Amino acid sequence: MTGFLTLLYKELLRFWKVGFQTVLAPIVSTLLYLLIFFHVLEAHIEAYQGVPYTVFLIPGLVMMAVMQNAFANSSSSMIQSKISGNIVFVLLSPLTYREILLAYILASVVRGLMVGAGVYLVTWFFFDIPLYWPVWIILFAVMGSALLGALGVIAGIWADKFDQLAAFQNFIIMPLTFLSGVFYSIHSLPPAWQVLSHLNPFFYMIDGFRYGFFGASDIPPYMSLVIVTVCFVAISLLAIKLLRSGYKLRH
Amino acid sequence: MDSVLAIEVKKVCKYFGSFCALDHIDLEIREGEFFALLGPNGAGKTTLINTIAGLALADSGSVHVMGNHVVNQYRLARRQLGVVPQELVFDPFFTVRETLIIQSGYYGISKNKTWIDEIIERLGLTDKAHANMRALSGGMKRRVMVAQALVHKPPVIILDEPTAGVDVELRQSLWDFIKQLNIEGHTIVLTTHYLEEAEALCSRVAMLKQGKVIALNSIQSLINTMTAGYSLRLRLQPDNLPPGLQEKQVTHHNGFYELRMDSYRQIESVLAQLRENKIQILEMQLLQPDLEAVFVNLMKNPVSET
Ligand SMILES: Nc1ncnc2c1ncn2[C@@H]1O[C@H](COP(=O)(O)OP(=O)(O)OP(=O)(O)O)[C@@H](O)[C@H]1O
Ligand SMILES: [Mg+2]
Repeated sequence: MTGFLTLLYKELLRFWKVGFQTVLAPIVSTLLYLLIFFHVLEAHIEAYQGVPYTVFLIPGLVMMAVMQNAFANSSSSMIQSKISGNIVFVLLSPLTYREILLAYILASVVRGLMVGAGVYLVTWFFFDIPLYWPVWIILFAVMGSALLGALGVIAGIWADKFDQLAAFQNFIIMPLTFLSGVFYSIHSLPPAWQVLSHLNPFFYMIDGFRYGFFGASDIPPYMSLVIVTVCFVAISLLAIKLLRSGYKLRH
Repeated sequence: MDSVLAIEVKKVCKYFGSFCALDHIDLEIREGEFFALLGPNGAGKTTLINTIAGLALADSGSVHVMGNHVVNQYRLARRQLGVVPQELVFDPFFTVRETLIIQSGYYGISKNKTWIDEIIERLGLTDKAHANMRALSGGMKRRVMVAQALVHKPPVIILDEPTAGVDVELRQSLWDFIKQLNIEGHTIVLTTHYLEEAEALCSRVAMLKQGKVIALNSIQSLINTMTAGYSLRLRLQPDNLPPGLQEKQVTHHNGFYELRMDSYRQIESVLAQLRENKIQILEMQLLQPDLEAVFVNLMKNPVSET
């Protein structure tokens, strides 16, 4: 247990020591998105019955920030230790593969939630956002960031260089996020796109997260939670398999 | 009762692509030994250490540390082992003390202040304890890596060129510290390109070349196997060599004759011949072959294909 807690502590300290870049900067950039959307679109769209677009958008943006930062945390930590070589100190230690993965995931969850909470707190001063079911909000935020944290571990192990990691982010994470309904309700999409959206695991995270605020969603939240959990378990198993095999970490 | 081996390497092969970096390595290191792995650049020393430490996976054969299989019982094996990697690596986010506290935490030790204080002091890091790793000089970083390997008091300690880039003073105090750990019962394995270090410290050495162990013995036995290699340095009055000794002459330099001796017994006949020719000995030195002579001699022979 001490070993695991130490690695977790180290991972938390790692981003906290540069909290300006890892927590504050993403909060500000998410708020900038919001500001722009607010000015351009406020008057035009109503997402759900009676919910103004900005208010609909806020939970989506919060969840997007949570997910992106969770991914950024584990993936950049992994690739940095790999490239600088100090990953050996973890590899030499008797930490189990499960402990290593869990420490990286939890640190990602903490950073994701910090950024998400920061964005939410600021918007809370300016907008009247309903809070229908906070438990769902927390559940989806935790599961979503855990899933992205695990995915970040895989990406960090796989990538040999920073530009490969950026490619993973640009060609996998970004499209899945943008097409998951952060900016719209999928009911506004043509039917074919609606079907496609259901194949995107990120869609269920956003949808369930939003349910916690509005009490309305495209999919019943427990269904979404099951789907997100299954995806999380599958990705974690893959990550453990990579760690155990020593893929790109041990020769 | 036979004791557990500190390190047991059995028929280990390791390939990088089609290149064979370790070729059927067999090696047994007993508990409490002070052991050196020697060999030229690229011989496979680091690769062998990595397979022992679990940083590289052997393609065939098996490795045990204190009786624990390094893959199947990796937690037990890694607890018993402290490794100083050859490459200079560090985590730029932390100070020296943080680095050591974190490292002991990985091994499940949460209260380790006394020991950490001691290694910091013994390795001359006291002034730098609160400095960020990034701000340390290369030699200082190397000291921290040594400290990291010792933080959990492992019974088996492997040091891959720990003195590369380290100044003379620390080299002395580092070896004193390591010697003391050895006396306290820790098994020590080191690699170094400074053969006099190995000669002064180690009881046994393995010499590697092209991924094979080409010699494995105590230093004294290795030196004893050298049939040639003794030489006698003489300064004579008058300064000339009797004809009977001229075939033994290797050099004549700065007034010193250097004569090749095939064994101690030949000294007697040299002295006799000098006496007969009424030549006085002003100075005399007997040069013994050292580990370096053994090393050079072994490395110049091609590796046999077996
Ligand atoms: N990751 C790798 N990929 C390919 N070849 C490698 C790799 N690591 C080592 N080698 C090769 O294996 C051989 C043994 O390397 P190793 O680092 O074990 O040598 P060494 O005895 O430690 O040398 P040195 O004294 O320079 O440290 C070398 O020929 C090296 O080029
Ligand atoms: Mg080496």
